[in-house]
Amino acid sequence: MSDIKIGKPNLEVFAETLLLEAKKNSSITVVTSDSRGSGKLVPFGKELPKQIVEVGIAEQNLVGISAGLAASRKKVFAVSPASFLTARSLEQIKADIAYSNHPVCLVGISAGISYGQLGSTHHSIHDFAVLRCINNLSIVAPSDNFETTEAIKQAVDYQNPLYIRFGKKPMMDIHSHNASFKIGKAIIAKKGEDVLLIATGETVQRAYLAAQILEQNEIHATVISMHTIKPFDEETFLNEARKAKVIVSVEEHSIYGGLGEQCASLLAQNKINTCFKILGIPDEYMINGSQSDVLDHYNMSPEKISKTVSDLLINK
Amino acid sequence: MKHKELERKSIEYRKTILEIIYQSGAGHTGGSLSCIDILNVLYNGVMNITPENFSSFDRDHFIQSKGHSVEALYTVLQDCGFYSQKDLKSLNQFQSHFIGHPTRKVPGIEHNTGALGHGLSVAVGMALGLKMDKKEFRVFTLLGDGELSEGSIWEAATTASKYQLDNLIVIIDRNKLQITGNTEEVNPIEPLADKFTSFGFSISETLGNDISSLIEILQKTPTEKNKPNLIIANTVKGAGVSFIENQIAWHHKVPSEAEYNMAMKELDEALLNV
Repeated sequence: MSDIKIGKPNLEVFAETLLLEAKKNSSITVVTSDSRGSGKLVPFGKELPKQIVEVGIAEQNLVGISAGLAASRKKVFAVSPASFLTARSLEQIKADIAYSNHPVCLVGISAGISYGQLGSTHHSIHDFAVLRCINNLSIVAPSDNFETTEAIKQAVDYQNPLYIRFGKKPMMDIHSHNASFKIGKAIIAKKGEDVLLIATGETVQRAYLAAQILEQNEIHATVISMHTIKPFDEETFLNEARKAKVIVSVEEHSIYGGLGEQCASLLAQNKINTCFKILGIPDEYMINGSQSDVLDHYNMSPEKISKTVSDLLINK
Repeated sequence: MKHKELERKSIEYRKTILEIIYQSGAGHTGGSLSCIDILNVLYNGVMNITPENFSSFDRDHFIQSKGHSVEALYTVLQDCGFYSQKDLKSLNQFQSHFIGHPTRKVPGIEHNTGALGHGLSVAVGMALGLKMDKKEFRVFTLLGDGELSEGSIWEAATTASKYQLDNLIVIIDRNKLQITGNTEEVNPIEPLADKFTSFGFSISETLGNDISSLIEILQKTPTEKNKPNLIIANTVKGAGVSFIENQIAWHHKVPSEAEYNMAMKELDEALLNV
């Protein structure tokens, strides 16, 4: 169906990009919680052993030490599975990073339901929600390899606390190489005058494929990659929302507190009464399965996303 | 600074702590009075931290993990010239930066604290950063004894030992009381020295409300190469004011006018005896 090239896992692109950046910048310091293997950081540890700190399985300590290293003028990337990083050490993120204003880059690996079959202990479908309401913390979920590379490069010079999350499956190359990426500025991956699909992180490719299915039925969709959840690019979203007949948001996150509810809030507060549907993980005891199986089950396969759009168009 | 001068300062600091708590109507009286002698000796006799060098990282560092005893820290920083008495007296007022736990909005504060169990990890990160850059400065952190029940303290202790942070000096304000009661009844933390020894620390013990003892121990720390340092400073909660000492109620009690006047009278008399 699609001739889009499949790239690498964003996780690998993150590790490769960070190693390249760290070779040029000795202040870059990686802190891991027994997570260098799962973070693809073994080469980093071998090539730059003086720029990696290992604290063992202790996420609270990971974040606190990262704040201290940042105070000592290190550019810190604190790397840990998103599930633990954003739950176990939430208070450290709030107090030691955000409130104390240390420009640490918190990297949540294997985010969302990347660890599908490992159960809810290993899922992070809460991270957008809990981090959105922490002041002074930006949140980024890159979709493809291009966005991941650019996000990591920009994170090096980012002057505020930052959280970046991504998964570990190979991602399609959504964007052309002349695309422009800036933290806080959404990317319009595809233009279409009928409907708006807005997605973030690894669900962007699903929204993009759904748009291709819709295209076959003469329904033309705009696809926004909202890679930055906070600060949210309200302007791009609202401009596109005002033109669309229906809007569907897609996210690998709870339907509570994430991309969808941010969109709903903006639509309501800007008097845009367009038919709108949030696709995400509902509030129920989660089914077991791979990331792909679970996303498909919760109506986030390209086919089900396109059907949701078609149904909304019929019933609007 | 001579011992007598530091002793005099400690009494004056106690007067200021009580004054700002009394005037603002809030504060952690007992803990501020128990740790004030430690802060006095650190800032006036041990650490290389001044308003002039504060913007540089090339100096000593201090993290107050037991953030609730902030009135003591604000008092000492004011005396060291970080801000005016007028600023200090804005404690707890609307839009004042001088709030009930340390914030970096206040000159001289290194890290925002208040949630307990955080300071040691941050201090470990700073000490490690100094080591990585081969800088010879020290990181001091003051912990409460009650906060040692936080698991993150022990996570940080393992890392301090792993990286052989002999530039890290952890001081425990061992006043033996927390908000509910005696630490050993609430959730025992003893044998404290044995625990930190087994975590790889070099241990010292001293009288935390005695200027001479504090100077003696702090001036000879770090004590062992490649080991982080732990000083158990045995203190009295509410130290220096007889009717406040060792009373749980004074954890965050604000003195009445009569109590304030009585405390001031007692401290003025103590000044005459220095």
